[in-house]
Amino acid sequence: MGEILQPVTKAPDFTAPVTPDQKLSLSDFKGRRVILAFYPADWSPVCGDQMTLYNMVLPEFRKHGAELLGISVDGAWCHQAYAKANQLHFPLIADFHPKGEIAKSYGAYRDNEGVAERALFVLDETGHIVWSYRSPIAVNPGADGILDALERMPKLETADV
Amino acid sequence: MSELRFPVNEHDHVIGSGDAPVTLVEYGDYQCPHCQAAWPQVELVLRHFGRDLRYAYRHFPISTVHPLAKPAAEAAEFAGAHGLFWEMHSAIFANGQQLSGAILFALAAQLGLDANELRDALEQGTYAAKVDADFLGGIRSGVNGTPCFFVNGERHDGPYDAMSLSAAIEAASSEAPASIVRVPVA
Repeated sequence: MGEILQPVTKAPDFTAPVTPDQKLSLSDFKGRRVILAFYPADWSPVCGDQMTLYNMVLPEFRKHGAELLGISVDGAWCHQAYAKANQLHFPLIADFHPKGEIAKSYGAYRDNEGVAERALFVLDETGHIVWSYRSPIAVNPGADGILDALERMPKLETADV
Repeated sequence: MSELRFPVNEHDHVIGSGDAPVTLVEYGDYQCPHCQAAWPQVELVLRHFGRDLRYAYRHFPISTVHPLAKPAAEAAEFAGAHGLFWEMHSAIFANGQQLSGAILFALAAQLGLDANELRDALEQGTYAAKVDADFLGGIRSGVNGTPCFFVNGERHDGPYDAMSLSAAIEAASSEAPASIVRVPVA
């Protein structure tokens, strides 16, 4: 297992579907803070899984001026059904074709299983990684590390937005 | 990562004494089937450790999937304001699988609480801030689902059955400062 990208690497750009007829690029978020949450798969068999939890914390993320993007190798149709079932209010990126390409570029792909790691990246306004963390695959990392990283960043008023 | 940021304090619902060598904190959701299953396990653990364990329960309603979790938490807080938190807490968990607004009112009535007062409290969100504060505090401590337990401030990532919880409590107890650990009699 390789290392995930560390601060202060420039976050690799990507363009990928978020819905069956809509694509999104990381560069669309230039000038904004971004949280990238790689996770193994939609439909974890628990209530309150990682994406459901982050959905609940969205207001806190946004208070810090950060947008959240979830990324897994599931296809756009799967993401659509999953987001609808869990009322998720943030984009889920389909790292589906070529499979795992985005995860690989962040060092967050598990070759043996063919899924993304549970890896978190917080990016600043210039698209550089300011914090990254890889959780054991079976452990939902929660949101504390993300919020701590956002709090350590300069206050938004003084930030170069 | 994942340490309890907010120690047990006067706003918490607590069973046991601050002198206990181990404190178990649970973040739970009344509509979560895992939390419902965990409560009898917690009761076993509480009986087993007696005075050597302090326990606090905090709310972590995942409202997007459990729409009744927050009203239930507010109803428990309402009961708590009348000195009946644990009674309501146990009653809600015992009826978790059939939880509804009507059930909450029925349980409150069984405890002799006033239905109109409860309705007002829910409508006005009298206890919403307390529940939200619990939730946000949980997020900052790395709560990653429910139930989520902390044993002496450290997140317990294992199962929530009484055996697993007890093992974690025993382990924490042996790490506690010697002065407050009971010396085993050979």
